[in-house]
Amino acid sequence: MSNISLKVNGRSYTVDIDPATPLLYILRNDLGLQGPRFGCGLGQCGACTVIIKGAAVRSCITPTSTVKGSEITTLEGLAQQDGRLHPVQQAWIDEQVPQCGFCQNGQIMTAKALLDRNPDPTDAEIREGMDRTLCRCMTYYRIQAAIRRAAKLIATGPVSGKEVGA
Amino acid sequence: MTTFTNIPKQIEEAIEKWQGTTSRRDFLKNSGMFVVSFSAAAMSTASLLGPAASAQNSPPTPVAGPYPDPDFRKLDSWIVIHEDSTATFYVGKTDGGQGTGTGFRQLMADELDIAFDKTNLIMGATDITVDQGGSGGSDAIETDGWPARRVAAEARRVLLEMASARLGVPVDQLAVSDGVITVKANPSMKVTYGELIGGKRFNVTLTGNNINATTGVAKLKPVGDLKIVGQSPQRYDIPAKVDGSLKWAVDAKAPGMVHARNVRPSVAGAQLISIDESSVRGIPGFIKVVSKGNYVAVVCEREEQAIRAARQLKVNWQKPATPSFPTSENLFDYMRNAKPTSVVQSRTQTPDVMGDPDAALASAAKVIEAEYDFPFQGHTALGPAHAMADPSNGQMTIWSNDMKAYGLRTGVAEFLGMPRDSVRVIWQEGPQLYGRTAADDAGFEAAYLAKEIGRPVRVQWMRHEETAWDAKGPAFTFKLRGGLDAQGNVVALEYLARTADYNHIGYNEPDTVLIAQLMGRRPKEPAPGGASPPSEMYVIPNRRRTTEVVGMPLVWESPLRVANLRDPNGPQITFAGESFIDEMAVAAKVDPLEFRLRLLTASTVDDEDFLRARSIAVVKAAAAAYGWDTRPSPKPVGTGKILSGRGIAYCYRSQTVVAEIAEVEVNRETGHIWVKRLVCAHDCGLIVNPEAVRRTIEGNLLHGLSRTLYEEVQFDTEKVTSVDWITHPTLRHSDTPAQVDVVLVNGDPNPNRPDLPPYGAGEAAIKPTAAAVANAIYDATGVRLRRVPFRDKRVLAALKVARV
Ligand code: FES
Ligand code: FES
Repeated sequence: MSNISLKVNGRSYTVDIDPATPLLYILRNDLGLQGPRFGCGLGQCGACTVIIKGAAVRSCITPTSTVKGSEITTLEGLAQQDGRLHPVQQAWIDEQVPQCGFCQNGQIMTAKALLDRNPDPTDAEIREGMDRTLCRCMTYYRIQAAIRRAAKLIATGPVSGKEVGA
Repeated sequence: MTTFTNIPKQIEEAIEKWQGTTSRRDFLKNSGMFVVSFSAAAMSTASLLGPAASAQNSPPTPVAGPYPDPDFRKLDSWIVIHEDSTATFYVGKTDGGQGTGTGFRQLMADELDIAFDKTNLIMGATDITVDQGGSGGSDAIETDGWPARRVAAEARRVLLEMASARLGVPVDQLAVSDGVITVKANPSMKVTYGELIGGKRFNVTLTGNNINATTGVAKLKPVGDLKIVGQSPQRYDIPAKVDGSLKWAVDAKAPGMVHARNVRPSVAGAQLISIDESSVRGIPGFIKVVSKGNYVAVVCEREEQAIRAARQLKVNWQKPATPSFPTSENLFDYMRNAKPTSVVQSRTQTPDVMGDPDAALASAAKVIEAEYDFPFQGHTALGPAHAMADPSNGQMTIWSNDMKAYGLRTGVAEFLGMPRDSVRVIWQEGPQLYGRTAADDAGFEAAYLAKEIGRPVRVQWMRHEETAWDAKGPAFTFKLRGGLDAQGNVVALEYLARTADYNHIGYNEPDTVLIAQLMGRRPKEPAPGGASPPSEMYVIPNRRRTTEVVGMPLVWESPLRVANLRDPNGPQITFAGESFIDEMAVAAKVDPLEFRLRLLTASTVDDEDFLRARSIAVVKAAAAAYGWDTRPSPKPVGTGKILSGRGIAYCYRSQTVVAEIAEVEVNRETGHIWVKRLVCAHDCGLIVNPEAVRRTIEGNLLHGLSRTLYEEVQFDTEKVTSVDWITHPTLRHSDTPAQVDVVLVNGDPNPNRPDLPPYGAGEAAIKPTAAAVANAIYDATGVRLRRVPFRDKRVLAALKVARV
């Protein structure tokens, strides 16, 4: 066990843990940040995704010691301080994306990192960029629509999104 | 944020404020204790005071149990009106992400005459919501929506009577809108629901022999008067799923909670010889190895420690003397040659034998024959099984995503030998249910371990465990024969199915869940299993349909445990039935859509549910939405790398009727199939929330596509070898069709009939997908694929054989 300092969603934490422990378990069990979820523990599904240095990272295979000091963002940290949702989150609601929703942390975080990198992705780039993030309720069609919607929201600034996209 | 779903938001906010002042670890400890005790208190008082009131009330005290069933004949068990004229509904259903909860709020708000957003809904907590059985069979709205509507209508009636007494005006001179009752002649005279009863009990007794029959004396509104039903309010569960604030069953915590991991037999059917506990004793946080029979689990203080201990534990297993399985490659030969364990009578309206199929086949101008195979498929939910159980106060509380929370409660009570009232299950959201959690293995395991250890235990299955050992949809093999006369009319159809449905595990049975099987606890006889034949309305004068059940060599403690997977047999039988209809259309040289319409319109007699008329309507609606080009299949094979084609399939499920058209692109160099477009015409009667239904159907279509293109449980002679997302591929973003069109049809063409009631919409659309895709591939290539799934390698091999 050793003390490790982490910066998550703009706050600092110190945890006394086995430094090889995957970040996922520290976030969920010690920091109470349960947006990232366990899906495979193998880096294959994306359910555990967090954003570190702009990249979507699979926290289930990331030893905590390798990310000390880096700014980590989880799903809980996407919205603004005043509670306003990130455009990707708003687009997810407008488009009514989730079925069960279990995978959607990974979908949202991966989409956010994708749009940060490429604010106006083509359909092919969306498919390619999201391809390793799995959904077993098969909400892919709506996710892709929501990413296109989020790209527009980001480009044009926030609009209120009450209506359901058909 | 260590709280549970049912905690009022105000309390969560209060807890949040503590974060700055307490060290994180202390906070977790304290808040955990606070929350668990409060969650019980909040829920038990909620029925009286509602969330807003209980949040402001005195400090929480734990509800120690027991937890008797809420009385479904009491209006107060279903509906609470708060002082601010909002309402909380309590229903015994669960939501797999299809918007069931939103649908219930719409139905009940409409009958109560209250705005949708002034309502709240609690589901699936066995001590505070009446036992409606949880979810299953896509019947939430179809069946359980009725008592929910009736109790809401009764609450409205009672409130009108109270208003009448208060205002001194007869009920028929009152109007009600959005929770405000006004005097028609003098709208300034009014009273709100909150003023009439806020925070108080109705004390009204309902009648009904069983929960589905629950009713008051109020009449339901005619469909035409419903205002919220038929609208698409956004699903209330989605914001919390998107901002990370929802507390799922995976998030459950309790003070003193420890973590468990299972250690499964090295191969299927292996017997435990010995455990070397010294192999894990040195792991920090190690608490105990628990084992009984062939069930083994390790328990540690922290989750990562339990994962390590499960990996590291040395267990000596003895393999079974004979092979447990044919390999997955040899499965269908095995099934065709096996001796059936039973022959099933079909459970449809059509008799097993009609006319004289033997004579008709003997005299037919043309007889065709084909065999089809459909493998075992897993649920392989994105999140493996999990549950947390707390044995405090000599009771057992289980936080679970079990779709049938009530059955889990009864099953666990029996399994542990506890009184039923000492066990409660608090359902929380989880990864796709679709039948997987109808037998909640992890819930039983958590409860067992919690009782053994005497502390709250959280169980989480690992990926390899879930993919290999979750419950499976049964494999099928089929043989069909059809006879055509000289004009291409179908004169006979013979259908023989074999299903590996033997020893179906049922629903939370204390002697069939995995832990029970591994402990050697099992029923006297395996469940016999069975399946229905294809559900279609074709008029074919001579038919025989037979379904036989076969078992695997290893019956118990098997990772090929059969259970319900989203429409338990539908995708399999519809693949065979609707592929074969296409093959007959080819033999008759008739357009496949036209061929189906001829078979559907060959009668003009209405059936009870207008299934024939509605079948015709959905087939036509799908054709119109797609822009169907009438011609026989296959089309002339093109010369390019990509071959394209379209195919149709149709069926019904209970009263819901579906037709699907798939447009495919086949890469003749790689064998890769891309379903470029899917059209689904869908008639499920009255629609409560069209946008929610649309999305449920979209997901269901793609789920069907995944099962068609990729999914197959693979195994050698001793174990399942599909253990992760590499060895068990699934549909991905890059497979998504470019266009998915869902056409919601109200297909009963007779305007003089009463409106159709709502029918289930959660499963029907998965049935025809495989056949529609297979038929489209045939149209594109002239190659008939008769074995699911259509992975690239298999498709390429078939194209090569046919020299396409
Ligand atoms: S849980 Fe991390 S990728 Fe699956
Ligand atoms: S929404 Fe259920 S797994 Fe993606």
